[in-house]
Amino acid sequence: MNILVCVKQVPDTMEIKIDPVTNTLIRDGVPSIVNPFDSYALELAARIKDETGGKITVVCMGPKQAEAALKECLAVGGDKAYLVTDRAFGGSDTLATSYILSCTVQYLEELSGEKFDIIFCGKQAIDGDTGQVGSEMAEHIGLPQITCIQDIKVEGDKIVVRQEMDEGYNVLETKLPAVVSVTKTPYEPRYPTVKAKLAANRAQITHITTAELTNLTVERTGLKGSPTKVKKTFTPQRKGGGTIIQEDAPADSAVKLVALMSGAALI
Amino acid sequence: MTDNFLDYQLMTEDQQSLVDMIHEFMSKEMPQELVEKNDREGHFSMDVAKKLGEMGFYAMDVPEQYGGAGFDCVTICLIREALGYYCGGFANSFVGQSFGYKPLLLAGTEEQKMEYGQRLANGEFWATALTEPQGGSDAVNTRTKAVKDGDDYIINGNKCFVTNGGISNLYTVSAVTGETNLRGEGISLFIVERDFPGVSMGKHEDKMGIRASNTTELTLQDVRVPAKNLIGPVNTGYQTMMKMLARTRPTGCAPALGIARRAIDLAIDYSRQRITFGKPIGKHQGIQFKLADMAIRLQTARNQMIYNATLVDQGVYDTVVGSITKAYASEAAFQICVDAQQIFAGYGYSKEYPLEKLVRDARIYSIFEGPNEVQRWIIGNRLVGKIKK
Repeated sequence: MNILVCVKQVPDTMEIKIDPVTNTLIRDGVPSIVNPFDSYALELAARIKDETGGKITVVCMGPKQAEAALKECLAVGGDKAYLVTDRAFGGSDTLATSYILSCTVQYLEELSGEKFDIIFCGKQAIDGDTGQVGSEMAEHIGLPQITCIQDIKVEGDKIVVRQEMDEGYNVLETKLPAVVSVTKTPYEPRYPTVKAKLAANRAQITHITTAELTNLTVERTGLKGSPTKVKKTFTPQRKGGGTIIQEDAPADSAVKLVALMSGAALI
Repeated sequence: MTDNFLDYQLMTEDQQSLVDMIHEFMSKEMPQELVEKNDREGHFSMDVAKKLGEMGFYAMDVPEQYGGAGFDCVTICLIREALGYYCGGFANSFVGQSFGYKPLLLAGTEEQKMEYGQRLANGEFWATALTEPQGGSDAVNTRTKAVKDGDDYIINGNKCFVTNGGISNLYTVSAVTGETNLRGEGISLFIVERDFPGVSMGKHEDKMGIRASNTTELTLQDVRVPAKNLIGPVNTGYQTMMKMLARTRPTGCAPALGIARRAIDLAIDYSRQRITFGKPIGKHQGIQFKLADMAIRLQTARNQMIYNATLVDQGVYDTVVGSITKAYASEAAFQICVDAQQIFAGYGYSKEYPLEKLVRDARIYSIFEGPNEVQRWIIGNRLVGKIKK
């Protein structure tokens, strides 16, 4: 299996604190991590590699500091890592990002002379929460896609996946090559081994810039190539605590809800 | 963890990675509830240890050519300190995994280093059994005897306070093989397997602190040990152990500084939250002075530990420097925990809060591996030296 995993470096939201005066996020000194859904994606990829062999290429778009995220991935299953980085890419929204990544996929496939069998993405990044890049990338490349998968199995030239739904799950299959986006899996991402971690520290991360991506139209990247415009950023007002009603049977919940709302003279 | 000047500034990228790995792993796999349960029940979490071992943290000080991780002394100190931050007891047993191997590094044969190095890398525990009910530091008082019988030795005796006694497959046992004297001659070290007939483990010690660490008695009754299991030349075991301890002093006290760091972090958090007389207690000078003293003790103790470890990495094994490190770091760590307990006041005395356990855990470091009185005796002896009559 020739696998590509796309990851993003994001601030660790567990560590973010809110400035009590301005009500804005304190970003100073907040550590960066690999987007958790991308870590799950890498874990699924690593499990396929454990079972069927093959290699995992990891790609990240971002500034030079995102090399740290790639090194983390190299310590837990990644074999090769590329940082897609260029000043021209700054300010890219999901459309521009997915376009750049699709050009990167094409570039890497030409470079190795080998197509990727599966392209993994996290279902969304925990900083932007848009959840669009994986799907858009599949459209740019023209590959089938399945979103929000929890588990995956390779069977010959197809994959069978378990897709998360609001209630229950779907079992879907598709022919390879394909793009999948991954939600929380039943498997915790593996811990790195000492050897892999120290080897990753020494790994050279290859940069891919506009110079390498000769197939790319620069106008379709960065702020220029991004139809999304951010008008305002603000912290929404905190809502009150709320009440959670969760009885054993939905019918009991409904009765309790009606009683509560009648009592508050809402109905 | 508080991200501040208390963090080491001089770690290499690799050291930082290893320490981060420990923090990431332990914060997930050793939650406070498990720490408390193990403390109550005197239980060592072998499953957690195994996972750490699979990551490559077994056989930490076994050189790479013999199958181990081959970390240097400074790196081992940093890793052990990080482990101690979560549970001093777990840290003590886990890092003791390769304790019995250490004399091999000084006096073992190539074959021994290779064979046993690989066994440790594969996850076997190897305890050291020196202390006896009637004598610990007073090694001349060793009563366990090894008598030559053909190509074997027959060993008889009782050992106590054996760290990892109940979970080890291998034991380094000291026994009298000749005429003993104050220079420690006449004692030899043997590699004893758990399944040798006549080897039995006694009761698990019900300790005040580091309760998650396994500690038992070890009884040897007519245990037949092949002569090839002798570590180094016969009758030189005591000297080997003393030399070994000079190398292991910094790593030995490292978990104590992890315990102390945890106490400081908790005390800082608490002093920011707890309000008395209209302000957080951390804004009262009395508490600030206490916190400052804790930080001074921690930083100076760590400096001494890293200095000592750096010496070891450069091949300088100085018993006195080791004794200074051991005595200073252990007392600093305990005082830090007691001060943190004081800041928590009543809550520091309650088992509902983590402080009282930290105090109990930190207490051991000025007692085991030679109580601090013996360390001071070693230091004082060297200072005064021989006086011509």
